[in-house]
Amino acid sequence: MTAVAPGVRAHTLDIAAVLKESALAALVALLLAFPLVGLRTVDVLSRLTIEPHFAEVAVAVVLVFLGRLGMALTREGRPLPVLVASLVVAASAWFLPLPTMPLKLIAVAGGAIIALRAALALRSHHSTLSLAERERRMDRVGARFQDASRLIGPIAVIFAVALPFLPFADRAVVDIGILLLTYIMLGWGLNIVVGLAGLLDLGYVAFYAVGAYSYALLAQYFGFSFWLCLPLAGLLASLSGLLLGFPVLRLRGDYFAIVTLGFGEMIRIILINWYDFTGGPNGISGIPRPSFFGIADFVRNPEPGVLSFHELFGVEYSSIQRIIFLYYLILVLALFVNFFTLRIRKLPIGRAWEALREDDVACTALGINRTNIKLAAFSIAAMFGGFAGSFFATRQGFISPESFSFIESAIILAIVVLGGMGSQAGVVVATLLVIGLPEMFRELSQYRMLAFGIGMVLIMLWRPRGLLAHRDPTILLHKRKSAMQQQQESEDRA
Amino acid sequence: MTVPPKPTPLLEVEHLTMRFGGLIAVSEVSFTAMDREITAIIGPNGAGKTTVFNCLTGFYTPTVGRLTMHRKPPKTPLYLERLEAYRIAHKARVARTFQNIRLFSGMSVLENMIVAQHNKLMRASGFSLAGLFGLPVYRRAERAAVDLARYWLDRVNLIDVADWQAGNLPYGAQRRLEIARAMCTEPALLCLDEPAAGLNPRESAELSDLLTFIRDEHKIGVLLIEHDMSVVMTISDHVVVLEYGRKISDGTPAEVRVDPAVIRAYLGEEEEETPPEAVQRLAGGA
Ligand SMILES: Nc1ncnc2c1ncn2[C@@H]1O[C@H](COP(=O)(O)OP(=O)(O)O)[C@@H](O)[C@H]1O
Ligand SMILES: [Mg+2]
Repeated sequence: MTAVAPGVRAHTLDIAAVLKESALAALVALLLAFPLVGLRTVDVLSRLTIEPHFAEVAVAVVLVFLGRLGMALTREGRPLPVLVASLVVAASAWFLPLPTMPLKLIAVAGGAIIALRAALALRSHHSTLSLAERERRMDRVGARFQDASRLIGPIAVIFAVALPFLPFADRAVVDIGILLLTYIMLGWGLNIVVGLAGLLDLGYVAFYAVGAYSYALLAQYFGFSFWLCLPLAGLLASLSGLLLGFPVLRLRGDYFAIVTLGFGEMIRIILINWYDFTGGPNGISGIPRPSFFGIADFVRNPEPGVLSFHELFGVEYSSIQRIIFLYYLILVLALFVNFFTLRIRKLPIGRAWEALREDDVACTALGINRTNIKLAAFSIAAMFGGFAGSFFATRQGFISPESFSFIESAIILAIVVLGGMGSQAGVVVATLLVIGLPEMFRELSQYRMLAFGIGMVLIMLWRPRGLLAHRDPTILLHKRKSAMQQQQESEDRA
Repeated sequence: MTVPPKPTPLLEVEHLTMRFGGLIAVSEVSFTAMDREITAIIGPNGAGKTTVFNCLTGFYTPTVGRLTMHRKPPKTPLYLERLEAYRIAHKARVARTFQNIRLFSGMSVLENMIVAQHNKLMRASGFSLAGLFGLPVYRRAERAAVDLARYWLDRVNLIDVADWQAGNLPYGAQRRLEIARAMCTEPALLCLDEPAAGLNPRESAELSDLLTFIRDEHKIGVLLIEHDMSVVMTISDHVVVLEYGRKISDGTPAEVRVDPAVIRAYLGEEEEETPPEAVQRLAGGA
């Protein structure tokens, strides 16, 4: 890294401090990498032995040191040498043979990120934007998006409705559409608890599981149809939300989060262990597919006395008809959740949720019964989770406890937080990022969690309130102003 | 001209004691706040004033004591020490503000005022069902709520900024909004914890006007913790003085001002200042 040696500048550079900072980062990297990377357990002749990987630790520490040095120098107003050096590092890492693939990836990506950062700093002539300025710029983007979303919203809905009939929409596309819509629906459901009421729920997937198993079991034991089970599944999920809510909602903040986390795991473990009833880890298969509103089935050769969809409409049979029907089903369910939320936000209970998120002590002082309000949020969100769950069951035809692990809760929560707490459009954007992108780059799916983690860290650093965090008031006394005007005004005031 | 009816007791505090472990924050405090009067609670920092408020409004459960809130007959009195905090606001109609302002700062000014009318609107919206379907009952109730909000925003001069985010208001405006929001709950007793803190003299004078307006026009009781003697001495009907958790004086502003115990307490607190000045401040408010 000779290229970043301090030159003669007007602005003095405290090289000692910069080196110290980098060394500290390297030390932390050493402490973390030593047990995580340096000592790896391997299975030799069915015995676990520890294999040292100290070369990788050393490389990791050096990379962290250089990376931090680059960041620090950029900050101190020396972006040009950093840009050159980091590009050199990234390029050489790309062509040189490094011991392992992840190492190569980290070196290339790290070099590229630092180069990007340095390039940005060069372009804007001062090394970093102040945090407030950056925040303001992002707010402006958020506000512009909010304004645009009045247009984009309907366009997106029209697009979603038309999607199955667009020329490029083959079975895979519609399948991805179903997947995305499922997560959007879950995100919108969880948004009620997390985004509006401000309760950190780490076990939302439990209600998804309750919904899925409700349908699967009711169908298995009583032969109930999907259309009967859908409301029942919502009801049961909502009841389980109430049951959990009663003891738990008195807890605050972190305690609440931990108990919901426990509840999510509890449901999964019950599902695994209650073998006779739930099928345990084998799950339940042969879950009936939905009929066309109980009128007709999606089968080529219906049993006698049963109408089939293609006969009903007099079209050729095609297996995609059911997929498209499922697509519209989840689209309607998701939009229902969206409209419900938009509507309830303007009602006393919705306003109380947001007030609770802002300041629960003040809520109490105004005579609001916090427990009831939270219970309502919790059970309504649980109901939507239950709907989504029974949809999932009927779509897959097979469910097992594996589908309802903590990581699902984490992904749904990430969607809500990433999108901007309480923002409906934010959930859609975040779902496209979190679910859509990895689906498109399937080959890279092993790096999915890595990218996910990096993404979350970056968001927390740059945009702690989420991508689209603009909030429109639910009621106005004066004429409506666009989000951009509001943003402009609040900047003028500041 | 009719003679205004004699004020009746609104809140009776008897033997209120609040202990935190070994610390006795409030000890054997008794006083009565009258309806349609402004009762001030003054005293040096740490005297236990805020603790008294927290006991009254249910945020703390008093160690000992009876807190009786009288209501218009035929309604029976309520014992506040037995009620949950939200019920004290809802049923006993005691509203409060906080020493460190607590607004819903991400919500608009108007929304703050509407949230304060939650219970009323909740009933009108049929616990949200009528609201979900947009029935006229609810729309009417919401319009009435906005009218009430408009009335108070007008009073505290915030009507122009009604659609601002509450957190973006300047400090003085936030204080006024908190009072207006408390009034939206249509309280029988309004408890204000240092509402003049951080206000400039003009704003303090406006505050005095607002409080007398609330007392005289809305005919409710006001309980006021305040350090600003120019406010306390001009508008209160009755002053209670606390020191180290004990009540050391109780009476009209004129009586309290000349009470040797009070003068001693205030001299003791402000030793660094020249004592005569402190006395003057205490005396010169009126
Ligand atoms: N929750 C609490 N836990 C422990 N001590 C408290 C608590 N609340 C108040 N106190 C103590 O009670 C005393 C009175 O405090 P406070 O009522 O806030 O005084 P004031 O409002 O008159 O300035 C202080 O010594 C304070 O430290
Ligand atoms: Mg205090």
